[in-house]
Amino acid sequence: MRCAVPDSAAAMDWPRQIFEVLKAYEVRQVAHVPDAGHAALIRMCEADPAIRTVTLTTEEEGVALLTGAYLGGQRGCLLMQSSGTGNTINMLSLVKHCRIPFLAIVTMRGEWGEFNPWQVPMGLGTRPALEALGIAVHDVREPGAVKDAVEAAAKLAFNSFQQCAVTISQRVLGAKAFKD
Amino acid sequence: MATLERRAAVRAILANRADTLVVTGLGGTCWDVAAAGDSPNTFYLWGAMGAAAMTGLGIALAQPGRRVVVVTGDGELLMGLGSLATIAVQKPENLAIAVIDNELFAETGRQPTHTGAGVNLDKVAAAVGFRDAMVARDEAGLAKAVTMLRTAPGPVLAVLKVDAEKKPLVMPPRDGAYLKDRFREALLGTAAIA
Repeated sequence: MRCAVPDSAAAMDWPRQIFEVLKAYEVRQVAHVPDAGHAALIRMCEADPAIRTVTLTTEEEGVALLTGAYLGGQRGCLLMQSSGTGNTINMLSLVKHCRIPFLAIVTMRGEWGEFNPWQVPMGLGTRPALEALGIAVHDVREPGAVKDAVEAAAKLAFNSFQQCAVTISQRVLGAKAFKD
Repeated sequence: MATLERRAAVRAILANRADTLVVTGLGGTCWDVAAAGDSPNTFYLWGAMGAAAMTGLGIALAQPGRRVVVVTGDGELLMGLGSLATIAVQKPENLAIAVIDNELFAETGRQPTHTGAGVNLDKVAAAVGFRDAMVARDEAGLAKAVTMLRTAPGPVLAVLKVDAEKKPLVMPPRDGAYLKDRFREALLGTAAIA
């Protein structure tokens, strides 16, 4: 199944590449508050019977869910938008202090070519906020770099018991078009 | 109105717990569960307020063959109220939530929580789609709640209205990495911490 994302061939591939990394690392619980940038990946996860896809009401629920998943013997991944990263901050103390392997993939708003000024503060704050909690952040600014970044973060999380986030720029996603 | 003695209520919920997996909230319920007897099958939260119910869900989804009981406070659950909706949508048959409800933020100076002002967490759970929810205020109610929490198909939630007295501080281990490792070792074997 190919996901229909417009633009270049590389842009068409990257959600599938993330999904393949999640499968290779035996991720079994995928938690998300939806973002347009994650739509294709969420559909792939929902279509996979080996993955439990959990829609959240707010992103900090996902940090706690994945802590429970790991306690129960399963690996997880949290998909969210940059704005949602702000919702997770205190909850990240759970994965940080307990040394729970933690992988988050963050689609960015409020940076490259943003139209909506309300997105900008958290767009600017995503990396510093995560780093303030001791989360390793890998930034991705081109489609061809997505797979390597997600794989490196998965290795750091699951092999080295670290807490990692990959941020995917609007340069990859395309800035949201405010048009009908 | 009548209330239950909280330590006795928590002891009743966890009596003969065998391989039941337990998650606590921070503060009072952490001390209550420790006072009922420490176990590697308990994961205590000392922080991350609002995390207890969702941590229970993650365990329940990963371990569908094991009963998971979350023992948390009214203030802790109020901070993660949306969790109840998320749990109801996932329909974990093995997950139960006990709310030890003293209607106070007891750890921070006994300020009143919303549950003393008309917010009924059992009705919230029922409204979002929990399979069953109830409130217990006396011994007969406690007996019914214990049966529900330990055996009824989930997700279920029981609110236990408890006294507001300060209890002796009984602290479990507080190193989260240790608590995580011993929980995983007990559940999954030594390979889980290799």
